[in-house]
Amino acid sequence: MPPLRQLLTYLIAGWSGYYVMAIELLSGRILAPNFGNSIYVWGGIITVFMVALSVGYLVGGQLSVFAPTQAKLAALLLAAAAATLPIVMVGEPVLDWIFNRVHDPRYASLLASSTLFFVPTAVSGMVSPYAVRLLATNLRATGRSAGLLFFVSTFGSAAGTILTSFYMVLWFEINQIFIGMIVISALIGLATMGFRDVRVAA
Amino acid sequence: MSVSPLRRLAWALAFAAPLAAATDPGIEVLHRERSLYRNIFVYEEDGLRCMSFTRTTVSRQSCLSLAEPSKLVFNYARMMMAAFYLNPAPRRILILGLGGGTLPSTFQRLYPSAAIDAVEIDPAVVRVARKFFAFAPGPDTRVFEEDGRVFVKRMQRKGTQYDLIVLDAFDHEYIPEHMLTREFLLEVKSLLADRGVLAANTFSVSKLYDHESATYYSVFGDFFGLKQNNRVILWRSGGLPSKSDIARNADRLETKLAPLGVDKTWLLPQIEVEHGWPPTTRLLTDQFSPSNLLNGPQ
Repeated sequence: MPPLRQLLTYLIAGWSGYYVMAIELLSGRILAPNFGNSIYVWGGIITVFMVALSVGYLVGGQLSVFAPTQAKLAALLLAAAAATLPIVMVGEPVLDWIFNRVHDPRYASLLASSTLFFVPTAVSGMVSPYAVRLLATNLRATGRSAGLLFFVSTFGSAAGTILTSFYMVLWFEINQIFIGMIVISALIGLATMGFRDVRVAA
Repeated sequence: MSVSPLRRLAWALAFAAPLAAATDPGIEVLHRERSLYRNIFVYEEDGLRCMSFTRTTVSRQSCLSLAEPSKLVFNYARMMMAAFYLNPAPRRILILGLGGGTLPSTFQRLYPSAAIDAVEIDPAVVRVARKFFAFAPGPDTRVFEEDGRVFVKRMQRKGTQYDLIVLDAFDHEYIPEHMLTREFLLEVKSLLADRGVLAANTFSVSKLYDHESATYYSVFGDFFGLKQNNRVILWRSGGLPSKSDIARNADRLETKLAPLGVDKTWLLPQIEVEHGWPPTTRLLTDQFSPSNLLNGPQ
């Protein structure tokens, strides 16, 4: 894979890392009006994100077995962005619906974060193992590629955490931050798909 | 709430070196506890028993005068009593944020037949209030250990109404940001009965002051703002009462409030409609609520 295309794979992984942590941070904000800020709410959120990521890794690894291409990696980014839209569009009525039915704050927040955040997080989780497959050109270098990829993706997560909590919430509304991130994902995804695809060596 | 630097040092030392604290005649630490949400300290100094949540700065949540337990120690608590000038006979009272239970204890004494709901997120604070601050909920007082916003939303669904709602869930270190938004205040407003009064302990300095004022104004319109080191916001549904009505109620309540250390000659002049934040001030909403960042150093 040409170096520029490799760089794009890293960019997608890094951005995906940013995306997941930005959403996780904001999810606390989104749930607070209905379920509060108690320790259970954060417990529910973090549990759901961890389960979603673990499922995402599993599925992403499986998907990478079948004719992996960079265009399909980009499609994962687009899918995660699309799965985030409901948070912006129907988040409030969904949370109200759950609030009116589930009274235990623990299960209410667990259910609420599963409903809104499980799918986009799981799809984002598929990105990393899939990207590792794209980068792995020979067996000896696999560990190094994977290490670099985890570095980029986790560093992206750190960036998403600090930028969102220190600055973005001070400048923008939550929905504006979400829409901005969805747009960035769409741009990266579509730009990647615009390249003529290269089959990865088996 | 301010404390001399020397006190502050003594306090810091008390925790740095527990043995030294025992020999310090000024401060006696009675209890310390790491709860789900914070550190809780109970200590005595100068005849006061106080609850504090931080050890580095002495910001006292609640204090009880050991010699005169019914007396209100803090200015802001005395300012809150002006709520009764706006509605002298509340039957249903809601308090968000318990601290040492000073306010519910006072309300129980003043209005023994009132039904009081007190909401506190931290079960440890409730325990400490009972054990160290003589908080003893009477038969008509209910204590809920849950998030205040969730409680308010739940009561809204039930159609519950209150004649007095007290917001006292913030301190200088940490603000629950979801309880300082336009949407939250609208929910609180919907729980107020006709002539029901809102009394909120809020900030008088920092960038947050303007944002908070603008947000309250957007929900309630004109409100009274009583300012000392804290600001207490007072509002009554169905229209703010006239100055003469307030003065008449103050006269009537004088003997009832005197034991608390509340004096109408101190309190009445503070009751003024507040204006004076820039009209373009951004409102705090569920979408935009960086209250802790805005409350930080300027």
